[in-house]
Formats: sequence, C-alpha cells, structure tokens
Amino acid sequence: MSNLPSNLKYAETHEWVSLENDNIVRVGITDFAQQELGDLVFIDLPELGRKLSEKEQCCVVESVKTASDLFSPVAGVVVAVNEAVVDEPERVNDDPFGTWLFCIKADNLSGLDNLLNAQDYQAMIDE
Amino acid sequence: MLKQTPLYQLHLELGAKMVAFGGYHMPIYYPGGIIHEHLHCRSKAGFFDISHMGQCLISGDEAASELERLTPSDIIGLKPGQQKYTVLTNDEGGIIDDIIITRIESGLTVVVNAACKDKDFHYLASQLSNRCHFVELADQALFALQGPIATAIIRKFSASAADLAFMTAHETELEGIKCIISRCGYTGEDGFEISVANDHAEALVRLLLAEKDVIPIGLGARDTLRLEAGLCLYGHELNETITPVEAGLSWIIKKGHSGFPGADTIIRQLQQGPEKIRVGLIVDSKQPIREGSTVFNDNDEIIGHVTSGSFAPSLGKPVAMALLERHYSGLGIRLYAKVRDHQVAATITRLPFIPHRYHR
Repeated sequence: MSNLPSNLKYAETHEWVSLENDNIVRVGITDFAQQELGDLVFIDLPELGRKLSEKEQCCVVESVKTASDLFSPVAGVVVAVNEAVVDEPERVNDDPFGTWLFCIKADNLSGLDNLLNAQDYQAMIDE
Repeated sequence: MLKQTPLYQLHLELGAKMVAFGGYHMPIYYPGGIIHEHLHCRSKAGFFDISHMGQCLISGDEAASELERLTPSDIIGLKPGQQKYTVLTNDEGGIIDDIIITRIESGLTVVVNAACKDKDFHYLASQLSNRCHFVELADQALFALQGPIATAIIRKFSASAADLAFMTAHETELEGIKCIISRCGYTGEDGFEISVANDHAEALVRLLLAEKDVIPIGLGARDTLRLEAGLCLYGHELNETITPVEAGLSWIIKKGHSGFPGADTIIRQLQQGPEKIRVGLIVDSKQPIREGSTVFNDNDEIIGHVTSGSFAPSLGKPVAMALLERHYSGLGIRLYAKVRDHQVAATITRLPFIPHRYHR
C-alpha cells in the first residue's frame, strides 16, 4: 500500500493537486497512475499562457505502451510548466509526488471542492 | 472467460501486471518494467511465456504437400528438424496468419498466433484431406529464451540443443523433461523456443529462471523487441487485406510456386511491385507515433498509416513501422505522422532498426 501525501488533493483521473499561494494550483500524476502506465517516455505539457476550463484535457503523458490524457482540476491559466520532465520523463516514475508537471493560476478555487482527499482517493483505487 | 497458461500462478508470484491478450491472461510486464526487461533481453537473457500461441501437429505422407498448397513457401523441401516462417494466404492474397512450420519425426508442427488460433485450426482442418491427420497440441506449453547468453544457459541442460542452427529444432530432454526445442524467436536476438507438456512446464521454467541473469519478460517488451527487430505482428503489419509482398515478406515465397491461395495477386505484385509497402520510420523528436496514425508527405497528402509504433528502448527514441504508397517509400524520405494536433516528423529508415543476431 502506497502512502498518499495527505496535504494533496486528488482527481478521479489520477492527477494530484497542490494548492500554493496566490491561487496557484500545482499538478502531477499519482503513484498509482505512474504504476498503471509503466515507464514514461514522453510528456506533452500545456502551453504557457493557455486558458483552461475546469476538467479540460490539457496534457498527455505517454508510456512505452500507451498515451494518457491529463485534465485541468480548475479553470485558469497555465503559468508554469516543468521542462525538466520533457527531457527526463522517467523522473515521474521515480518520484511521482515530488515531480510536478504544470501550474495553473486558478480563476477561482471552486473546482478543488470536487477533488478527493487522500483517504477517499485511496478507497477509489482500492476498488 | 479468459484462459490461463500453465504459468498463470507463477506470473502472479513474479509480480506480473496481467492483461487480456488473445483470449488469455498474460503478463504485460513484471516489476522491473518494460524498458528494463527490453534492455536485459538485449544484453543477457529473457524468458517469455508464449503458451497462449496455438500448436498443432499435421501428420501423414501428404502433410507437407498439402500444407504447401496453403502457403507461398517451400514446405515440401523441409528436412527433418528444419523450420520455416511463413503465412497462410486467402484467395485475395491477404494473410490469414503468420505461422512457423517445423518438420519433426512425427510430422509437421505449426505454431500460430493466439488470436488466430480458432480461425486457423478450423481452416487447416477443413483444407487438409483425410490423408492428413490434424491434432491440436492443446496440452503443450511454449516458452522462449532469448538473448546473447541464451545459448550458454541452454548448454547447461543440453549440449545438442545449444548446437542447433538458426531455424532448426529437435526433440530432446532437459533435466529429464521431454521437449521440442528450436533455435528461433521473435526478438532479433539469438535464442530458443521450447515446447513442453503443460504438466512439466512450471518445473522447467523454474529451472531456467533460477539461472543467473535470466529474467521473465512480458508482452510489452516482447512487442518493443520485435518492433526494433523489424518483425511483423499479426493484426498490425499483417491482416487479411495485406499481402506478403506488401508486408515485405517476399523472401518467404518459393520460386515457381503458384498453387496457393491468392497466388495470382501475389505473383503479379512480385513482378510489378505492390502499390503499398511496409517501411521503418525513425521519429525526429521524442513524441512516439502509434498504430493508426495517418502519414502525410510534405505536400500534406495522405500516403499511408502507422502499423506499429513505440519508444524503442535500445535506440532511446521512438520508431514505427508504416504501410505506405510505394512511390513514397524510399529510404531517407522525410514525412509526417499526425498525433493529436501535432505533425510529428519522421524519416524512412532501413529495417531492422537493430541488427539481428541470429546464430546462422
């Protein structure tokens, strides 16, 4: 059983979400997601400045076998992307909760209310 | 209802992630992951459970001549112990399945793809006359041991097996367990395939896995290994609408043989060239291109589609195979595959991507 960080929120689509200062929301993928995908070989990050609505498809992570979409947990604008994972996608496999993919400046934080806490996300993936 | 191979419990014990494939529960990778397994097979040795594949035995004096009527290859000329990679063709020259035929003492064994097993066995049984005896070898498991140290490992169990030439087989015993062992495989590496009774399968496999530097390898790395080796996979590079000439398998066709289904089309394509042909692509960026992607020339005209594509662990970049209009299939031609809303640039490259290391 993996230990899910309790300070993060989780989407049903297997993103982890961290709320930072100033309505900035940081997003990565969970340990469960990287295990399901296997070795990551390519990450297609959203463009800086792109406006996103809540639950909009905005990023693709590709493993050897398959490509998987990621979704924006909130409405807002992409204000940062982690270029380091473009060169070394395997960082996400090595440290999924320590490796963020993109940050969004949220228009409002209401989308976060739909996310799961660690306990509920754990229950979901245990099903 | 998915079927299990005789090694199902062992796969679980080894921590495999299991998926449905060809009607079976099969391991897609073990805890080390696809890239690790792939690189290990290229540098040491990998063990593959391929028991989902179908095996049958066709016996009788006419077995070879009747099988040769169903394939474009020289089957009559197979000497005892020799094996041949070939295809079953339909009346349009398309491929019903790609198969391996081996002449053993009791007749000809045929190994077929898991997903085609029912189709092939019905077809074979319906096409063969009553002078042939057809029996499915449903109680036989099938494994592969592949990689540069595979021979050294097999030599510990059987010197005669280790001395087999590429694409030959013999019946022998490994640690007292009867099996048919052949020098072949589908990774581009030197290696062996072993057919053994289900009841003895796990015992034999545990012996092989106990050897230093042998790890189990799942279907994920099996696919990337065969892709780098430029080998066709049924349902991807091969199907009932693709001929052996289009698939780049003209080398399997016996000169002067015209008595097989679809021969008119296939021989005409051999003489005039096919309209489409299988090629290798190396991608210029890190973006993998996958099966089904449309391929364009630099005038934005559609010239074909990707049949298989993946990150290639031994090359460290994405590669693909595609079926393209022959006019645009020359080595070095640059083209584009559509992935989501990106045009991904790639270059036509000689196959295989990684040189074969068979023991000739």
